[in-house]
Amino acid sequence: MAERCGSLLEACRRLATEPGLRPILGGTDLMVASPHERARQGRWLDLSCFDEMRGIAERGGSVWIGAATTFTALQADASIRRHFPALVAAASEVGGWQIQNRATLGGNVANASPAGDSLPVLAVLEAVVVLGSAAGDRLVERRVPYAGFHVGYRATALAPGEVILGFELPLPGPGLEQRFQKVGTRQAQAISKVVVALAGRCAGGRVQTLRLAAGSVAATPVRLRQAESAAVGLELAAAAEAAGSAARQETTPIDDVRSTAAYRSAVLGRVVRRLVLSLTPDSE
Amino acid sequence: MYRWGGCSKLAELTYIGTSPPRPDGPAKASGLSQYADDVAVAGLWFGETVRSPVAHGRLRSVGWRRAAPPGAVLVTAADLPGPNGVQLIDDGWPILAEGTVEHVGQAVALVAAPSRRAAVLAAAEVEVDIEELPPVFDLSEARRQPSLYELELGLGDPEAVLDQAETVVEGEYRTGHQEHIYIECQGMTARWHPSGPRVEVSGSMQCPYYVHKSMVHAFGLPEEAVRVRADAIGGGFGGKEDYPSLIAIHAALLARAVERPVRIVYDRQQDIIGTTKRHPATMRYRSAVDAEGRLLALDVLVELDGGAFTTLSKVVLSRALLHAAGPYRCPEVRVRGRVLRTHTAPNGAFRGFGAPQVAFGIERHMDAIGRRLGIDPLTLRQRNALVPGDRLPTGQIVDESTSALACLESVARRTDFVTRWTEYQAAQTETNGTPQRGLGLSLYFHGAGFTGNGERRMNSPASARLTPEGRIAVLSAMTDMGQGAVIVFRQIAGEAAGVTFDDLEFPEPDTNEVPNSGPTVASRTTMIVGQLVARAVREVSAQVADWWGEQQPAASPYTVKDGRVVGQDGRSTPFAAVARSYLEVHDALEVTVRHQPAPGPVFDETTYQGPAYPTYAWGADIAEVEVDPDTLAVRPLRMAVAAEVGRAIHPRLCIGQIEGGTLQAVGWGLLEEIKLDQGRYLNDRLATYIIPTAMDAPDLDVELLEAAFPDGPFGAKGIGELPMDGGAPAVVAAIENATGLVVDEIPATPERLFAAQMRERSDD
Repeated sequence: MAERCGSLLEACRRLATEPGLRPILGGTDLMVASPHERARQGRWLDLSCFDEMRGIAERGGSVWIGAATTFTALQADASIRRHFPALVAAASEVGGWQIQNRATLGGNVANASPAGDSLPVLAVLEAVVVLGSAAGDRLVERRVPYAGFHVGYRATALAPGEVILGFELPLPGPGLEQRFQKVGTRQAQAISKVVVALAGRCAGGRVQTLRLAAGSVAATPVRLRQAESAAVGLELAAAAEAAGSAARQETTPIDDVRSTAAYRSAVLGRVVRRLVLSLTPDSE
Repeated sequence: MYRWGGCSKLAELTYIGTSPPRPDGPAKASGLSQYADDVAVAGLWFGETVRSPVAHGRLRSVGWRRAAPPGAVLVTAADLPGPNGVQLIDDGWPILAEGTVEHVGQAVALVAAPSRRAAVLAAAEVEVDIEELPPVFDLSEARRQPSLYELELGLGDPEAVLDQAETVVEGEYRTGHQEHIYIECQGMTARWHPSGPRVEVSGSMQCPYYVHKSMVHAFGLPEEAVRVRADAIGGGFGGKEDYPSLIAIHAALLARAVERPVRIVYDRQQDIIGTTKRHPATMRYRSAVDAEGRLLALDVLVELDGGAFTTLSKVVLSRALLHAAGPYRCPEVRVRGRVLRTHTAPNGAFRGFGAPQVAFGIERHMDAIGRRLGIDPLTLRQRNALVPGDRLPTGQIVDESTSALACLESVARRTDFVTRWTEYQAAQTETNGTPQRGLGLSLYFHGAGFTGNGERRMNSPASARLTPEGRIAVLSAMTDMGQGAVIVFRQIAGEAAGVTFDDLEFPEPDTNEVPNSGPTVASRTTMIVGQLVARAVREVSAQVADWWGEQQPAASPYTVKDGRVVGQDGRSTPFAAVARSYLEVHDALEVTVRHQPAPGPVFDETTYQGPAYPTYAWGADIAEVEVDPDTLAVRPLRMAVAAEVGRAIHPRLCIGQIEGGTLQAVGWGLLEEIKLDQGRYLNDRLATYIIPTAMDAPDLDVELLEAAFPDGPFGAKGIGELPMDGGAPAVVAAIENATGLVVDEIPATPERLFAAQMRERSDD
């Protein structure tokens, strides 16, 4: 059973001072541990009750998504559906329905698996991660660009006692298209072998703007910056080839229980090529 | 969805061929069924298993790391009261490691504690000191060691034909481990009564009398001092044939040590690490064919990875070799096989029992022959399929119910196979980024019941007796692990005795109550034991009716119909009332019948000639798949399945067996893979051991064909394992039709398809 406390401030204080206490939201990464692992996991502190981590709202030029927002809620929200179709696509492929009903965007990011389905989407949408921690009797916020959040394998910019409050996603400019493709081990209830997100725009048949990110091909989710720059300015077909081959150059996936390095590398290139090729040649 | 096809016209009956609801359905659907871990027991303690972390080594010592945790009790091989072996075919499988450890996960010690958590923590306090020895994992290395078992059978002189033949086709085919993934993990509760001595175990098992035999052996107790009961069973698939004997002994050892009831229930990780799996197989096929693709000679070598201990491997190999030539006519055949020993968990019983492996081998080989000669898969199989009167490699003449051609006709008709297969083949080169589609065909058969003289040797009994309420109690040791024996036996008994379901009782499988009618395995429950049930209840019903006739001679003879005893004058009395009258003047009425093998030739277990099975069930599959040209992800879209089942007692459950088995076979063919590193499981959980979900399941269109088997109850054949045989070769053939990629090893994962694609491109 997870413990609870009265305020987010108190929760941050306890997380900062009590070693072995872990924050928990939907619990879908933690609760699947075997009894032997559970015995080693220590205690859980439930964060799902705090208003500071809830809600979806347009604020100025961006959309706020509370960390405790479930993947089911993301799929249902009109604002998310309108502005961030790639996030809706990723949310609909996380686990299965039961997982989507419980699992949260904040938990997916904090768990920091390189295979997390929503993470490459946040990368191409250039999200800002809003963190909270206790400073005396005040809750203070800190903003970290998503590109700087994952600092190593399962390591994040979160300091001890710091929690993810939510995300700010800048509204996409006109004509910015979004794509998402997950290559899982099966049709549902699958963990990614390769996952790719794209945000981009063409004009006059040439790629004008391109942001690409991938998961399960490195120790962290990664922006594919060489693929992006290789493709920008080229005609669509050439851009797709260039992006696919550059994506393979800039990543070094590994063999693991889900797939092989050779497969991941080749399929990353093919999926990047496919997604770039799917852009509308002229998005005016 | 399903439909009916008939090979022969069968008589209309009251219960047979209808699909009444199963009596345990509401409890199972609502969660009220009591599975092994649900049964409340006062004063219960919990057991945990300490397992070997290495694949091979000398066991130097095992004991508490520090002081024993308060209340916890440790049991090692030194505490065994009798021989350190689980009695199956032999007793070579250690109850607890002694001297050496032979695979990762081998049970080394047991702990018991008053709570589950305390037991988990106590198990972590046990120190196992092992000096590592070099392990054997690779089959090429295992070949240099003594085999666990070897066997050979055949007909004629294939070598001479192969030497002379114009066309010889060779191939090597490989299949991997498969884990059962029954929904309910292994679990057992033991009670030890110090005065007596008397031990009781209950839990999840297919074969109460197998557990009973192994308990008697391990504890040196008289048979009547051991009682074994089966709880509700959440799936078995063969995985609860052999392993429950081990976990029952473990629970009983702890119960004996702590003098309280003890329960051991595995979580999924323990279950995957510890329990038996399907034998991986490597199969080399060499065939001589004529220009039309007719088999002239066949030489097959089957190698099974037995794991560290023999368990049931001898009979698995035997069934594999007997099915290795497939449902095809071939005049000259040699089939050799061996079980190799590796330092991995012992492989054991799994639905199909060696046959699915060789079905993959022969079906891929038939496709290789078709590829070589340019003959489509259907035509090639039609030319070679067995017909009544043909001879198997054992010399057995196949009977009138040999339905291979009818099965092929059924699936080909529903899919327009040859036309669409040819179109898909022509479209292989069009890779414009859209998914590629393909069709694949498999033909298969499955020997029903025990192999060879197993049934003759067991001479299994089943009994029926009148209860004081005037009902017929049907006594057998058969368990219902979900397959539906619980309703199928009611239908058989009701039909045979002429009574209603209300006139019948089925006591739970309990070795104190029911006779040893053999294990619930080998597709034998309906066909073999169902026939015993029919004979026993028919005899009870007839004796009651005859006695009534003696009391009321005017309207004699009486018959029993719809639960009433009916005279020649048309007047009738409820069966239960007549039965109660019978018991007023008789002490009891109980009839025990035993299996009677059909007259005729007997299988020779030294030459492997003769009828290895009383009959065969037949099947054909056509799978349609879609392959993503970029990711090589495979979606099985739909499958047409034809199954000739003798007679479907309960068509809805029969279809359910075929749908479930087919999906299990598709999972084995496409997804399921045990990944080992130095004998350690890399994927010991359901997040990484990938089985198909509902989203991965093809639409299944099953057609039941019926060709009565005269020695089965109302014509039924055993069909529990048949559907496991065809799915894997059909989907792999469909991938080839879609993409041109030839894959001879399963699972055909996208990674394996990618490797094949790379090999092909480098060959270009």
